[in-house]
Amino acid sequence: MLDIKNLSASVGGKTILKGINLSLKPGEVHAIMGPNGSGKSTLAQVLAGRDSYEVEGGSVDFLGKDLLDMSPEDRACEGVFLAFQYPVEIPGVSNSYFLRSALNAIKKYHGQPEVDAMDFLAMVKEKARLVHMDEALINRAVNEGFSGGEKKRNEIFQMAVLDPKLAILDETDSGLDIDALKIVAEGVNALRRKDRAILVITHYQRLLDYIVPDHVHVLADGRIIKSGDKTLATELEAKGYGWLDDLVAAR
Amino acid sequence: MTLDVTLDRDHYVSRHASLAKGASTPAWLITLRQKAIQHYQDIGLPTTHQEEWRFTNTQALNGTRFEPAPAASAAGIDIAAIERLTLGGDLYRIGLVNGRFSPELTNLAGLPTGVTVQTISDALRASAAVVDANLGRHARWENNAYSALNTALFEEGVVVHVAKGVVLEKPIHLIHVTIPTAGQPTVTHLRNLIVAEESAQVRVIESYVGRRGTYWTNTITEIVAGDNAVADHYRLNREADEAYHTGRVDMFAGRSGVANTHAITFGGLLTRNDTGVVLGGEGADCTMNGLTVIGGKQLVDNHTSIDHAVPHCTSHELYKAVLDGTAKTVFNGRILVRKDAQKTDSKQTNKNLLLSDKALVNTNPQLEIYADDVKCTHGATIGQLDESMIFYLRSRGIGETAAHHLLTYAFANDIVGRIQVPALRERLNDYLVHRLRDEDGTEEAL
Repeated sequence: MLDIKNLSASVGGKTILKGINLSLKPGEVHAIMGPNGSGKSTLAQVLAGRDSYEVEGGSVDFLGKDLLDMSPEDRACEGVFLAFQYPVEIPGVSNSYFLRSALNAIKKYHGQPEVDAMDFLAMVKEKARLVHMDEALINRAVNEGFSGGEKKRNEIFQMAVLDPKLAILDETDSGLDIDALKIVAEGVNALRRKDRAILVITHYQRLLDYIVPDHVHVLADGRIIKSGDKTLATELEAKGYGWLDDLVAAR
Repeated sequence: MTLDVTLDRDHYVSRHASLAKGASTPAWLITLRQKAIQHYQDIGLPTTHQEEWRFTNTQALNGTRFEPAPAASAAGIDIAAIERLTLGGDLYRIGLVNGRFSPELTNLAGLPTGVTVQTISDALRASAAVVDANLGRHARWENNAYSALNTALFEEGVVVHVAKGVVLEKPIHLIHVTIPTAGQPTVTHLRNLIVAEESAQVRVIESYVGRRGTYWTNTITEIVAGDNAVADHYRLNREADEAYHTGRVDMFAGRSGVANTHAITFGGLLTRNDTGVVLGGEGADCTMNGLTVIGGKQLVDNHTSIDHAVPHCTSHELYKAVLDGTAKTVFNGRILVRKDAQKTDSKQTNKNLLLSDKALVNTNPQLEIYADDVKCTHGATIGQLDESMIFYLRSRGIGETAAHHLLTYAFANDIVGRIQVPALRERLNDYLVHRLRDEDGTEEAL
């Protein structure tokens, strides 16, 4: 589904990603772990199409199409979804209006009719239950005045509504207490599907107790230096990121 | 005779002389007009050397020889289209075309007892006492030459009077249409008066539209909210692209009175709004909002003033502007808290959104506080659309242009959402959406 080959990228002239190779198949959940500054969030932003990041080399194939050649909105329409590490507050735009605009933009892209208001409302209520999101938040301005947990839940709620093929969760666990983390993880697990791939980016292994990955990759200094199954996360948690220094030095 | 187009002062003075000859004008008004034209001659038209006009160059307006707008027929105006473009809804309406009463644009059927809506020429005959007691008493026409000219030269306008204790449920829509003359710039000096007597309630919308062409609309509206009365006022400027608009609104609120005024400006080449509220009775409250959405070479200057003259009054002022192209806006917000006005609670906010690198904002809060037990806050921001917001919207599938529109709309809609007239709110909503999609349909209607 997603084939990243030798991807390198920089921001403000500083190279952050130094040749990433990663392949995700439909139905798989991959986790990327790594210390601060390793390039985890850069990878997420580059995949979503943020233009402040400069792609220096490599390729990203998404379902047979060149992802890097697409605008952020076209990537979304093709089925890429990024759950932001820091969801953005948008005063004056209600959550429901925002989501309906997004859903209709995606439908229009695929030549499908727009969703009508009643159907949309029913669908949104059902998806809100999935992440235990207070229905009142649906009509509030996007993320404005939301707590940290509410913002992260809102990301997963959006994912549920937009129904992507590939979901990238960028530190969706950061700043959450254990109860909020469980709710978010439950929501994600409910959205696991045979035809959907999920890339979970995290600093801590704890999230992976609840969203159990098929593959775990360790990112350090802009490269994936180790890959394995879910036990790699446990090993990493036990040994700490310092354990990686030797691996990085050895390259 | 040489024609000095840069400062053709005598041009308007001679107009005053010819007005004075023919009219059956009451003595007090003759005196007022005489004072005003004398004042105009004394102060002259404004220049950018004057503090009040520092950022607004009116040389093009000053240098144009405007003749009084001739009578124009409302025939040819698509009234249904005007309604669609201005306001539908269940409203009373009084219309003027080129400064003259237009029966075609007027519908005052069902106006309740205690409410009169008439032209100022009718009011001077039929309701002379109301006009005499209020006209020229509130407007600070001495402040600039255009207001002095209006006072000296106005021929028509609308007088709304709501008797003590009468609550008018439906808003009154005053619509002024300009049909310009090809090849000859024209001017209309309009004078309106709105009086809500003690415990009365009135809601008035003034809207200004025009066919394409060079013309000048010069208006003054005086509004009185008596003790415990509510006056809710809206000005909607959708003048033609080449038009000049100078408009003054002066409101007075008595004890526990409510004076609300909203200046919504989309049209005109150059607009100067002078908006003043005097909170003259204890417990009076004022909401003063403004929304400017302009582009191209448009200029909109909002000078506002809130005068806390007595204790225990509150005022909330929020002005927002969206600028594209090389458009320019000025906000000068004066809050005066007089020595006796203890326990004043006043908040002023000015926010500006620049959609282009070439747009310009001058914002100047001007707080003068002479009392010591007051709460006064003010703040001003000038910014562009937030890149992280745009990316967030795009990452969900919303196109770049649509994301810009949505965020701009959200910024402007903050003001529209506060409007108390549903019909006006909905029309403005539509207008904002269309304007932001560059599908403004004003021309088609006229």
